[in-house]
Amino acid sequence: MSLRFSTMTAALMALGLIGMGGAAQAGPTLDAVKARGQLVCGVNTGLAGFSNPDSQGKWTGLDVDVCRAVAAAVLGDANKVRYTPLSAQQRLTALQAGEIDILSRNTTWSLTRDAQGLDFAPVTYYDGQGFMVNKSLGVTSAKQLDGATVCVQPGTTTELNLADYFRANNMSFKPVVIEALDEVNAAFFAGRCDVLTTDVSGLAGIRATVATKPDDFLILPEVVSKEPLAPVVRHGDDQWRDIVRWTVYALVEAEEKGVTSANADEKLKSADPGVQRLLGAQGDLGKLLGLEPQWSHRAVKQVGNYGEIFERNLGKSTPLKLERGLNALWLNGGLMYAPPFR
Amino acid sequence: MSAPPRNRLNPNDPRVRALLWQALVLGLVALGTWYLASNTMANVARLGVASGYGFLGREAGFQIGETLVAYGPQDPYARAFLVGVLNTLKVAGIGIVLATILGTVVGIARLSRNFLVNRLAAGYVEALRNVPLLLQLFLWYGVLTEGLPGPRQALEPLPGLFLSNRGLKLPGPADDPTWSWVAAAFGLGVLLALAATAWNKGRQARTGKRLPLLPITLGLLLGLPGLVMLAFGGAALDMPVLKGFNFQGGVTLTPELAALLFGLVTYTAAFIAEIVRSGIQAVGHGQTEAALALGLSRGRVLRLVVLPQALRVIIPPTTSQFLNLTKNSSLAVAIGYPDFVSVANTTINQTGQAVEGVAAIMAVFLAVSLSLSALMNWYNRRIALVDR
Ligand SMILES: N[C@@H](CCC(=O)N[C@@H](CS)C(=O)NCC(=O)O)C(=O)O
Repeated sequence: MSLRFSTMTAALMALGLIGMGGAAQAGPTLDAVKARGQLVCGVNTGLAGFSNPDSQGKWTGLDVDVCRAVAAAVLGDANKVRYTPLSAQQRLTALQAGEIDILSRNTTWSLTRDAQGLDFAPVTYYDGQGFMVNKSLGVTSAKQLDGATVCVQPGTTTELNLADYFRANNMSFKPVVIEALDEVNAAFFAGRCDVLTTDVSGLAGIRATVATKPDDFLILPEVVSKEPLAPVVRHGDDQWRDIVRWTVYALVEAEEKGVTSANADEKLKSADPGVQRLLGAQGDLGKLLGLEPQWSHRAVKQVGNYGEIFERNLGKSTPLKLERGLNALWLNGGLMYAPPFR
Repeated sequence: MSAPPRNRLNPNDPRVRALLWQALVLGLVALGTWYLASNTMANVARLGVASGYGFLGREAGFQIGETLVAYGPQDPYARAFLVGVLNTLKVAGIGIVLATILGTVVGIARLSRNFLVNRLAAGYVEALRNVPLLLQLFLWYGVLTEGLPGPRQALEPLPGLFLSNRGLKLPGPADDPTWSWVAAAFGLGVLLALAATAWNKGRQARTGKRLPLLPITLGLLLGLPGLVMLAFGGAALDMPVLKGFNFQGGVTLTPELAALLFGLVTYTAAFIAEIVRSGIQAVGHGQTEAALALGLSRGRVLRLVVLPQALRVIIPPTTSQFLNLTKNSSLAVAIGYPDFVSVANTTINQTGQAVEGVAAIMAVFLAVSLSLSALMNWYNRRIALVDR
């Protein structure tokens, strides 16, 4: 277990800014990643469905798959990723200080964060903040939470929305703010708090994998915020931002075009010129990004398209059992939409 | 006697050389600081991160779980900082007092000639000081939150006193003017007790006789407020009542504060106990024997002869322990107590101003530590042996 002292976290965050030399920034991230032969990807310390290490230290999850896709596109091998687990408080500074190449860790895109020397890639999961309670409380709506004690993790948008929601509804609450996710969960399941709040996907993951009796817990129907979760890169390296951005779009476009990890090779010979361009069989889209022509083909073949990634990590067959909802393709009434590949 | 004339900047003069070296080191430190500072500024500017403390006046927008002064999300960051600083001072202050008491008791117990007491104290010291504090905090917090029932099944060991995983709820003073009179009576009691002590001292110096001070002091401190309360026909209490999710009213000791205090106090007391033990042992045995030979009781030998001398050895290292306790209180966020570090971290998260936030944390701890050591140094000088 790694002990995270928040004082140290904070100090390290500042040290990151104090100590980072010009050198780490000089070459574009792409060159650094290629020279290293490995993508350094900042992920969660452990949240089912997004980034979760198993007992062998193998990482799985939607956020992990995004990194794998970028590694496949850039280095040709989805396994060439080194994962750096980061708490909510550490993540942004770790990226700013150049410790990681990409942050793929259920991070909400907000104006303040965008303006902190960061750039957000396209949203990989449209989420919103929710509340989870023990069913024995008899609560069925967030509007009944006046006076409740709420467990929340610091360093999140969650912590901020919480006060807003209770204020807007003229209700009071007592926050219990604990740094490590494991400890927040422990406090909630021990009954220290009436409510646990975070992104609904996070609640679903925690209920499915941390609760001893998942059926005892209810995620209230109110979704009180917009939490568009997106990969993040440093501001100022436009090429690298484009690579991450278009890798995510390639996964979405592949789903739209029916390209999967199983049929990616066949689809190279597809009659559809759009598919040919997407997979690099035609045109020079890869080159425009500074990558090899097979970049997107490798990503889809090795990791799967967005739909596959979603189903594998969050969908009906997983303990989280999440609906596609907002994360369906635009064709199916969702928000997943890739700009043209041309 | 007149000094021989000499070149004032002669590098062969050891004093000049020493000065040169010091100037060199100072210059290097200044250069290094300047480099780090300018590098930070440049990095921060290039990343487009705002800098400065302008954010202190903006609305904080977050809630804090326990506060000594009124606070709400609509208050500015500056006030949130104040809440955090007060919370840090609260644990540090209570923690230092309790750790000193417990440490002294255990330290003296360690020297007891009773085998059981002696071994128990030794076991306590070894167990507590050899386990990382953070682990101990997690343990105490776990015991308090997992071991106690929910508020609806709260234990009620005494009427009006409720123990649950939401903490300990006690009846508190209600909004009743009688309480101001009671407080005034207590203040008067303190003054009178001090006066009585001084008078007793003078009396003892003159006549060699002593009054039993303890009952007098207790009588003044408790009796006076008690009498006032009786005169007013009792003062209203604010009783905790279960309402909705939790108890409302009364006074609360939260599990976070309780676990943090308990962890800090028991841990630091183990170190203080060793300091007290060694301090007492540093006083020559002849002193005790001489005092006993004069017919003083064992308790008074300890209090009048041994401790005053031991204190000179005890105070300086104990000061370090006080400082450690204060700094260790920043582990609070691990178990959810909203100390200054926790509040500053949330602020950093919201504003993105890590450098300013960390500088504020360092400034607060530096100020607290320096004040504390100044106080202890003053006390140390006061009790130092003076040649008469
Ligand atoms: N989307 C929100 C919340 C993300 C977040 O950090 N959620 C927590 C609670 S589910 C988490 O993932 N913690 C895991 C960790 O600290 O490793 C944000 O970007 O601030």
